[in-house]
Amino acid sequence: MIVESSLRPEQAGYRRVVEAGDYWMHTLRKGQTLRILDLEGNQAADTLFYSAADPAERYSAVDTIREQGNVYLTAGTRLMSTGGQVLLEIVADTCGRHDTLGGACATESNTVRYSLEKKCMHACRDSYLLAVAENEQYGLSKRDITHNINFFMNVPVTPEGGLSFADGISAPGKYVELRAAMDVVALISNCPQLNNPCNAYNPTPIEVLIWD
Amino acid sequence: MTNTDILYQDTLPGGCHWSLQMRRGQLLRLVDTDGGANLGMLLYNPYALLERINLPDTLKCQHTFRLGKGHCIYSDMGRVFCSIVEDTAGWHDAVCGAASRELVERRWGRLGYQEARNDMRRNGLDGFLVELAKHGLGRKDLAANLNLFSKVVADGSGALRYVEGASRPGSFVDLRFEMDALVVMSAAPHPLNPAREYPAKPVRYEIREAPPMVHPDVCCDSRPENQRGFANNRLYQLSLGGVR
Repeated sequence: MIVESSLRPEQAGYRRVVEAGDYWMHTLRKGQTLRILDLEGNQAADTLFYSAADPAERYSAVDTIREQGNVYLTAGTRLMSTGGQVLLEIVADTCGRHDTLGGACATESNTVRYSLEKKCMHACRDSYLLAVAENEQYGLSKRDITHNINFFMNVPVTPEGGLSFADGISAPGKYVELRAAMDVVALISNCPQLNNPCNAYNPTPIEVLIWD
Repeated sequence: MTNTDILYQDTLPGGCHWSLQMRRGQLLRLVDTDGGANLGMLLYNPYALLERINLPDTLKCQHTFRLGKGHCIYSDMGRVFCSIVEDTAGWHDAVCGAASRELVERRWGRLGYQEARNDMRRNGLDGFLVELAKHGLGRKDLAANLNLFSKVVADGSGALRYVEGASRPGSFVDLRFEMDALVVMSAAPHPLNPAREYPAKPVRYEIREAPPMVHPDVCCDSRPENQRGFANNRLYQLSLGGVR
């Protein structure tokens, strides 16, 4: 569902460009709005959320899709925690739908999906692992690297039970906006995947903006 | 294929939870004796508990939303925990998670131990947490779980639908273990099961030695991705002192 935002970028209290292959980790206060902006188009933003007060309570892909009865995320989706709470709600979306089935790329899954020789190519899980290692104050570790959201990624499911990784439906300037329903820690890996069309074979920067 | 002797068998009563360790080369047959059961399952490497079932990787590596015969269940380390070498149910859910206490109470009403003793209405999430705690694991170690015997389809718009009666009485699934695994199970109802009464459906489980793999194998050779997954398993066996 396409819902445009009335928030103006020049009034954002925080703006940061995240280059492809980098991570971004930041605490959002309850009521703040986070926009993830696909600057150049077709760029997957692999995203995790944690309750800031209790990081063991975190984004749950399965609870989110089951509670809304749909596998795709879009405006109106409430991102559910493992404890059954609403972490954030998607309040604007100019892309239309986002994936949460496919998880993040990892060097190990790349060996299976593409070639055993691709194990040293940079991957989202490496960015996540570096993030938790460099930010010990959050108390996170590999145990916390769980099933994420792939904003801007197009992973169609068929009624027969197939799953494909299709060309993106995002484009330059498309964005998704989330309002925090509690204090949350956001962790984004700006995806470096070069082996499938999720980034149009050309990973590019995203921008994150926050409004109070 | 499985006329070999049953090494062990037992039944998990409806709603209940248990965990056990499977060895590489063993076969775990799960039987929905009454029809309409759900078996929630999580898998961990018993020697390195940080390695665990990863259903997003399982689905994307095999370009599938449904799981059934011919599919492999992957860990987060690119290895195959087990292969679905036989399956008469035909569709197993990988995306709906486990029911919580709140969900069970909302759907079927609360029935606690004080009133019902061991017929209390258990939920999958608490069952998993109890089994995980036996091994020093907790909430942070939960992952998306399998829901064997439960069929949930998605239409063209992505809308989910639980298919009632998809698993008939006596349907079974055979999991051949390709590495040693801690198997955590809950026979609590699927979170989308619309049954009017709390569906306490048992699951029988039987352990056998698996027949030796012959190529082309129904799982290893079902697609190149799985051949590479098995190659990762072979490398891992080297670290354990070679292939048994």
